[in-house]
Amino acid sequence: MTETKSIPLPDKLASSWAGWPTLRFILGRILGLLATLFVASIVVFGALYLAPGNPLTFLTQGRSMSQEAIAALETQYHLNDPIWMQYLRWLGELLHGNFGTSIVYNQPVSTLLAARAPATVLVIVMAAAIVLAVGLAIGAYSGLRPGWLSRWTMAGATAIMAIPTFVAAVVLIIVFAVNLGWFPVFGSGAPGLDAVYHSILPAVALALASVAFVARLTQAAIRQELSAEHVQTAVSRGLPRRYIVQRHIVRNAAIPVLTVAGLTIAGLIAGSVIVEQVFQLGGIGQFLVSSVQQKDFPVVQAICLTYVAAFIVLNTLIDLAYALLDPRVSLGRKSS
Amino acid sequence: MSTLLEVDALTVRLPVKGELRTVLRDVSLSLDEGKTLGMVGESGSGKSMTARAIARLLPSGATVAGHVQFAGANVFELRGEALRRYRANGVSVIFQDARANINPVRRIGDFLTEALRTNDGLPAKKAEQRAIALLAEVGISDPERRLRQYPHELSGGLLQRVMIAAAVTVRPRLILADEPTTALDVTTQAEVMSILRRMQQNYGMAMLFITHDLELASAVCDETIVMYAGMVVERQASNNLHTEPLHPYTAALVQARPEIDRRSVRLPAIPGHPTSAYEAPEGCAFAPRCRFAQDQCRVAAPPLLQIDQRGVTRCVRMPEIRNQLRASTMLLAEGISREEVAR
Repeated sequence: MTETKSIPLPDKLASSWAGWPTLRFILGRILGLLATLFVASIVVFGALYLAPGNPLTFLTQGRSMSQEAIAALETQYHLNDPIWMQYLRWLGELLHGNFGTSIVYNQPVSTLLAARAPATVLVIVMAAAIVLAVGLAIGAYSGLRPGWLSRWTMAGATAIMAIPTFVAAVVLIIVFAVNLGWFPVFGSGAPGLDAVYHSILPAVALALASVAFVARLTQAAIRQELSAEHVQTAVSRGLPRRYIVQRHIVRNAAIPVLTVAGLTIAGLIAGSVIVEQVFQLGGIGQFLVSSVQQKDFPVVQAICLTYVAAFIVLNTLIDLAYALLDPRVSLGRKSS
Repeated sequence: MSTLLEVDALTVRLPVKGELRTVLRDVSLSLDEGKTLGMVGESGSGKSMTARAIARLLPSGATVAGHVQFAGANVFELRGEALRRYRANGVSVIFQDARANINPVRRIGDFLTEALRTNDGLPAKKAEQRAIALLAEVGISDPERRLRQYPHELSGGLLQRVMIAAAVTVRPRLILADEPTTALDVTTQAEVMSILRRMQQNYGMAMLFITHDLELASAVCDETIVMYAGMVVERQASNNLHTEPLHPYTAALVQARPEIDRRSVRLPAIPGHPTSAYEAPEGCAFAPRCRFAQDQCRVAAPPLLQIDQRGVTRCVRMPEIRNQLRASTMLLAEGISREEVAR
């Protein structure tokens, strides 16, 4: 533990430096983001070529073709170039904002993705909202009010955490869509409220395990703060319980909870692929699965990179929020 | 002088691993308005537990027998708003580890003013002014800036001063100081101690001062209580503690300390190891380690005996061994080793 004794720093100097660590932190994060994306691009590009099968067989769809036609295809897709040259060409296009052209649809990848993005974003945002609202509420309640209800809720949460997303999705469909008929079985619906309605079941399926996780985490964090010595101090000073709960228990528990909850929400991106597939939402995730099956390389590469970028950006935002929440963490420096 | 705090036959049991263990046994003490009472003893002797019982901070599941009276009110019967007021303006606790006891993610200013704002309804500006004045009073420079700082930006000594300032802001009638200087280095200890003393005198507060430092207790307190195994074994005026201990345990403690004007090859230690209240034997808890122990000591728990007007002891043999204890303590003070005293 370092002890910062009063180092007299002139006020002017102090304030002019105050913005620097934050700026440096953000710049550093952006550089890190670019570096990660670069590595991810190599992995994404290489993985498809390491996958069994030659791109050519997928282009020809197994049909026998004339030598000229194959040569033309090879030239069109630069298949004769060494892999590193193909990679660099692809990367160069990427940097110009060009994701390439879908082999299957023969359309720009960016157009295809833009059409499918809203469904994906909607289901992830709705799931994130459910995770935060329900997870935090259950966790806070059972943390602050121990008793049989809390114990059973937490036992239930633990059980739910163990359910894989695709199982949850199927069970939800059987119960709420088929048997009760409250929700549509699949499809994304018309834009607007209908889309939200169609996304409720998928969002619940996607959020379920994370809700349980966040609830458990919140409960643990609140229990820990409840027995913290600084809370005992607050009690010994006769502060109103409401005040202690808000300003000491919840305030302090929020630091680990929001950080890990943020990471959990970032993790929803991966889970959304499965949910979209089960519910046939027609979003990016479902597109990814069909593109992998059809070996539509440019699309797969673009989607993977988008997911990686989204995940890293969310992570960076969480880091920033963490530093804002916890004054002991100073941006751009190692914590003491 | 009216009695502010009266603890009568306080016995506390805590649930540990499914059984109730006694941590305090028949503790009685009283403290007058504005006076200072010291409480010394080794770790686990029940000092902090006594303070927690008085402040109503016992862990849940604790069972309590006996009474604590504060300014005429039965402390264990306080509920709800009355309990909150008692904690808010009756007693203030100064904890040993200020760093753990001050919320690390809130500003010093929040910590200092929260009680004033919530309990006394002071406007933020007024509360802040009072906090600034108090910080200056406890010798913290540049108080305006400190209010905006976080605990991790302050040293341990500064934080303990903040703690003292926070305890005093609400003008309590009693301060429970639970080893307030133990976690600090020696020079800081002296500073913090003098600040605490000054604040106590300025605001006329009574103080229960808990420490394991006999010397400090006798320097600071009017009277001192010695605790052993959850019991009060001796109580008398602090000045006499060293020259005329009223319990063999106190005498042994006095002799076990190094002194600045005496060269010690080896400090005499008390044989055996400290006993906790729940595993204390029948009879006198100190008997197994006491060189004066006889059969009568091991039969029944000794009562508190009044010794003249001096004080009380829980040693049944005190009337007969009193002179012996005094002699050995005095000889020791003159630089004669314990081995020689024993001869």
